[in-house]
Amino acid sequence: MDYFIQQLINGITLGGLYALIALGYTMVYGVIQLINFAHGEFFAAGGYVGVILLNYFAGMGYLHSHPWICLGGALIMTMAYCAFLAMAVEKVAYKPLRHSSRLAALLSALGMSIFLSNGLMLTQGVFDKPYPIELTEGGFEFGAISINYLQGMIVLLTIVLLVGLNILVFKTRIGMAMRATAQDKIMSSLVAISSNRIISITFAIGAGLAAAAGIMVGFYYGSVRYDMGFVPGIKAFAAAVLGGIGNITGAMLGGLLIGMVEVFGAGYISGQYKDVFAFVILIAVLYFKPNGIMGENIDDTRV
Amino acid sequence: MAAPPVLELKNIFTSYGSIKALKGISLKVNQGEIVAMIGANGAGKSTTLMATCGIIPIDDGDIFYNGRSIRGLPPEKLPAMGLCQVPEGRRIFPRLTVHENLELGAFHRKDRASIDKDMANVYSLFPALKERNNQQGGTLSGGEQQMLAIARALMTRPKMLLMDEPSLGLAPLLVQTIFDIIHEINEKDGTTILLVEQNANLALQTAQRGYVLETGSIVLEDEASSLLNNPEIRKAYLGE
Amino acid sequence: MIQEFKKIWKTYAIGMIWLFGLLWPLLGIHKNGTLTFGTTFRIWSYIFIGSLFCILIYVLNKSGSLDTAKAPFSKARSKLYDASSMVPNWIWLSIALCAALMYPIFTHRYAQDVAINVLIYICLGLGLNVVVGLTGLLDLGYIAFYGVGAYSYALLSVNFGLSFWMGLPIAAAFSLISGCIIGYPTLRMRGDYLAIVTLGFGEIVRLILNNWMSLTNGPNGILGIKPPGIYIPVFEGGFGFEYFYLKKLHFLFYVALALAVFSIIGVYRLNHSRIGRAWESIREDETAAELMGVNTFLLKLLAYAMGAVFAGLAGAFFAARMRFVSPESFTFLESAMVLSMVVLGGMGSIPGIILGVAALIVLPEVFRGIELYRMLAFGAAMTAIMLFRPKGLIPAKRVGTRSEEKES
Repeated sequence: MDYFIQQLINGITLGGLYALIALGYTMVYGVIQLINFAHGEFFAAGGYVGVILLNYFAGMGYLHSHPWICLGGALIMTMAYCAFLAMAVEKVAYKPLRHSSRLAALLSALGMSIFLSNGLMLTQGVFDKPYPIELTEGGFEFGAISINYLQGMIVLLTIVLLVGLNILVFKTRIGMAMRATAQDKIMSSLVAISSNRIISITFAIGAGLAAAAGIMVGFYYGSVRYDMGFVPGIKAFAAAVLGGIGNITGAMLGGLLIGMVEVFGAGYISGQYKDVFAFVILIAVLYFKPNGIMGENIDDTRV
Repeated sequence: MAAPPVLELKNIFTSYGSIKALKGISLKVNQGEIVAMIGANGAGKSTTLMATCGIIPIDDGDIFYNGRSIRGLPPEKLPAMGLCQVPEGRRIFPRLTVHENLELGAFHRKDRASIDKDMANVYSLFPALKERNNQQGGTLSGGEQQMLAIARALMTRPKMLLMDEPSLGLAPLLVQTIFDIIHEINEKDGTTILLVEQNANLALQTAQRGYVLETGSIVLEDEASSLLNNPEIRKAYLGE
Repeated sequence: MIQEFKKIWKTYAIGMIWLFGLLWPLLGIHKNGTLTFGTTFRIWSYIFIGSLFCILIYVLNKSGSLDTAKAPFSKARSKLYDASSMVPNWIWLSIALCAALMYPIFTHRYAQDVAINVLIYICLGLGLNVVVGLTGLLDLGYIAFYGVGAYSYALLSVNFGLSFWMGLPIAAAFSLISGCIIGYPTLRMRGDYLAIVTLGFGEIVRLILNNWMSLTNGPNGILGIKPPGIYIPVFEGGFGFEYFYLKKLHFLFYVALALAVFSIIGVYRLNHSRIGRAWESIREDETAAELMGVNTFLLKLLAYAMGAVFAGLAGAFFAARMRFVSPESFTFLESAMVLSMVVLGGMGSIPGIILGVAALIVLPEVFRGIELYRMLAFGAAMTAIMLFRPKGLIPAKRVGTRSEEKES
């Protein structure tokens, strides 16, 4: 029983991270029907810029004296960086192809993904870049179950970000504009919503969330690598599809589900094949519910 | 010296791939008028409206709104200038609530008080919408969706309204309601209206002037009453 | 010319500033608490100068100043085109075939090595073309079939001592079966979902190959695979046959050439058959095809299976040639490479794909010196090609014309 609860906690932690990454995929697909292959790279870039900033703060001595401010500052600056990165990628590689075939945009995204991950490799090296995990050592113990501080912080931060996104999308004017653009781009421009701006904002938010996930993963696994975006990227996209592409609540649920499946699969069935479980679940769900668990949310007017 | 027409299209050409859709459309709508554009399916009526709003790119020609060229302007700038379109097929946002759909109509407006006033007004005009105010747009019936589309258009408080087939697929009673509304906003608020309709009879009875569109070109322009009495028009479009 | 430049200089300048801002945090913030701008500026200036050069060419081109320089080239191109259309196709093909047959005589090891690679990827590219180009199914896990073919022959050769010629069709059969297995649940799905699911399947196959130690020896791979061999008559001590292994590179070249020619002929025939028509109708509009009585599901499965067969053949040969297989060779990046070859060359056009394969294999060899930046350049090039020349180098020619196109 204790093992089960431990896995549950691990699953929630991992699931939250997948949810954060999945949101970027789902929101971007919702507005422009593009699988942004480069999104995994925003996640990786976030991991890198986070540790770069933290190392800098450590070098200046701030990390030791004001750890929380440094962490918070690094988080916000990294999210901002990735937001700008995503907006740049969108302007350069996706915007010109908005009226081209789906395949052209997809391949452009693929090219960007390869370009960015190699860019990270060339500027930061091929070796793992370690995170200052001394900051987050320690935890609680309840008998055989342990929750370390890090897991708690990750879950907390994830909840904060997800709730924040929910409020943004469902309770604000800009969120309403985002949802409208995802459902009918032409009509939304007829009611004075600038599709270009909304698309940029969508990319920015998605990348910001992925960046936060990148930093958290850096702490959770101790380091980051230039190619860390690939596998979590496809699993997160699988999670987005699972929940219903374009559907924000769906992405959150899908991420959680994939995280759980991976942890429980690794714990109870086989650790070696843990990456496989996500896809098996995805294929199974799509077979019975082709529109995902919570239904899609895309521009139905486009054929 | 007369004021410039609210809307003027000069020799508009558009294409769909290598097919020419609009071949030299020119028309004028003056302040306070209701002008009808009739024609068969595929004649290019919707294309004309979409081109006017900048959704479809124009190959040649120019468009003037209140004397100022709006060719090439991004479509989202137009509602703030007072030019709004109610496109064909309702196009309400399916997964937004009725209330949110209406709010979006007023997206470009800043004055909260007058927006709320209009909202109340619209709810009193369409009590069915008030009932379903928290329902998702996609779950409404066809007629209710059309009501929502018209209501949303009212929320934009336009100076000029482009309407694309407002009567399509509606029960006669509802059609009457909608055309009453069209009359009212034209007479009371002075809204200029360009009305695209397949129901030529209704359109020409409501409008002062009319244009007849055939395969991408304007073939006839006249007073609405003359068009109603024109034997060729009667044969082709008024079912005689 | 100044006018053209004026139009874009603002966007360009903003873009360059953004680039600097995005580049700097990765290069200029250091562990010891210092902030430097030197490295960033240096790299940024390379990109700035390079892109300025490209912009200059673009602006000159747009404003017509380069037309006098381009004129002789376009004249030569049209003259060449006229001349070539006068000679019937089969003569060109025979010349190409003769050139290919004589290739190993005039080249050394390295060139033959590269050529064999090209031939293998031609099989892969043509097979993927059946799936993506003809039928319009977005397959991102195609390399899985390559892996199945390679490992099938590897296991058959090492565990059962099967010869290459016996193993080849069996490997192709295994690929075909795996194509059907993977195709069955996934082909009901919509385009973009198909992409991610096939990607997933590709990864699953690689993971299985990597982790099923007892069958595949995991990441250590399988060694000691036998290359193709033929019986040659031997006249010592009476007349007999001896099995001679074709280990020499030029023999392998001919086997590869045979496979490539087989693929080309196969895909060409499929392209111009009723099945090919049906596939194209699915690509153009699946619903309409269904309504016209085309059994879309079966045909999609067939396309998948056919594509898998070509990959299986290539895979078996790959295993026989390298005499060693490991899961490392069957990653998603390989799938992406093959897809780029198909798209770059021109989807659906056989000469285009051959050219695309050649370009994407030969060019990196030429640039072996700057190995480090190869993939970076590849990624950037892929995006650039989609932005500027999405139809590919030699776009597929439409069979027949549309009535509207005749009008104008």
